[in-house]
Amino acid sequence: MKRYSVFAIAREAVRYHLGWERAWASPEPKASYDAIIVGAGGHGLATAYYLGKNFGITNVAVIEKGWLGGGNTGRNTTIIRSNYLQDPSAAIYEKARALYETLSQELNYNIMFSPRGLLMLAQSHHEVRGYLRTVHANALQGVQTEWISPQRVKELVPIINIDGPRYPVLGALYQARGGTARHDAVAWGYARACSGMGMHIIQNCEVKGVRSENGQVTGVETTKGFIGCKKLGIVVAGHSGQLAEMAGFRLPIEAVALQALVSEPIKPCMDVVVMANTVHGYMSQSDKGEMVIGGGTDGFNNYTQRGSFHHIEETLRALVETFPIISRLKMLRQWGGIVDMTGDRSPIISKTPLGNCFINCGWGTGGFKAIPGSGWAMAELMAKGEPGPLAAEFNMWRFKEGQFIDESVAAGVAH
Amino acid sequence: MLILECPYCGVKAEETELSPGYEAHLKRFGPGSSPEEFEAYMFARKNPKGVHFERWRHTYGCGKWFLAARCTATLEVFGTYPAQVSEPPADIIAKIQARRPDWKGYK
Repeated sequence: MKRYSVFAIAREAVRYHLGWERAWASPEPKASYDAIIVGAGGHGLATAYYLGKNFGITNVAVIEKGWLGGGNTGRNTTIIRSNYLQDPSAAIYEKARALYETLSQELNYNIMFSPRGLLMLAQSHHEVRGYLRTVHANALQGVQTEWISPQRVKELVPIINIDGPRYPVLGALYQARGGTARHDAVAWGYARACSGMGMHIIQNCEVKGVRSENGQVTGVETTKGFIGCKKLGIVVAGHSGQLAEMAGFRLPIEAVALQALVSEPIKPCMDVVVMANTVHGYMSQSDKGEMVIGGGTDGFNNYTQRGSFHHIEETLRALVETFPIISRLKMLRQWGGIVDMTGDRSPIISKTPLGNCFINCGWGTGGFKAIPGSGWAMAELMAKGEPGPLAAEFNMWRFKEGQFIDESVAAGVAH
Repeated sequence: MLILECPYCGVKAEETELSPGYEAHLKRFGPGSSPEEFEAYMFARKNPKGVHFERWRHTYGCGKWFLAARCTATLEVFGTYPAQVSEPPADIIAKIQARRPDWKGYK
């Protein structure tokens, strides 16, 4: 893997840019690997990367049904934050946010991390109390957040209307180092680093079955034939239920559609991320000038990556009151992704009933921000066979035991 | 936009008129059941990519609960039927089998 640098640009400039190599290789699969990761999205590639970097396991294949980063990694609103209430959530999301800070340098790939600041508006007294509690919890967890007044909100977001009438802004939970990153670049950067370590990234290869012997996984049946493995990591988001079924167990997960949309590009008018949870909408401005908008999930099981139009209408109707400026904006495009929702809306990073088969799923509507931390924790789980401190509480048996992580971190809104 | 016909009032209702109620034909477990049974009922719901049976409520119509057979992979609706049954009626099963010959059947 050739390093990207200013010298590389200069070198290529004098030879007509003929020396750039492909960012990652596309090899044919070997007969077997030490570890196979199913799913080459952000979480799967991050898992592979930290398996190599933290544990020296590089005989790894990442198998992808479609193309790399083409699922939810390429369909989210790119928001990064870690202002969660409960300790397990705050720990893993803050780990991810901290890794994002230096990820461009580490991967030698510009992921365009932009810690521009993130506001969660309180538009009811209930929310004021909730966010004050979160600020105090975050202080104990070492996550830097603060409570700010409506006037400070107005200073940070001049286009906002704080006076209501229906939902006046009563303050906000502010995380100054929250922000956004280029979602595709996160997947590409990890893929390039994985390929550089000698791992195989196999695209257009769908897993059709999981083979096991004496309760231990032995490999996967794919459209490119059987591939053996000693350890299997399932990191497939929306299709986790299907993969779990192949592996012989059922997950406490349901798949629903979540949509996002962007407006036509306009001049820079908002340099922070704003989330309004009472009215179910959140917005940021991309580098191209589009307003990137997300809202709530659909209410029924769905695998089509198409959502219902009335959710978009609800989201925009709510945001127009808070941001009157967007009332005349034309919306440019809209898309949907399939999110995997668990019963307590927190993720699952867990061993499974099948030996040496591990699963990382259930990130629901909030997976992008967690990619580096999720990969870190999943790699530790796969390498050691036992969860580390980041993953321990996210096991899949917590539903039976009633040990929920009582926080709607992926509540179908606010990501 | 999902459109379901309410089996009680016969109205073809689009989804803003309806409320989703998730998996149909659930066997409920309450106090006294084992943790496994309660988890299976409460959390480990069916999540098929394909034929799915669901509860829906005609909230802004007659207000009654009914059941629907639907494909989660294509959003095709096979039919709706009243909720006073413990498993899908034969005519709905026949409709699904006609449309999905490789369907493995209910359960």
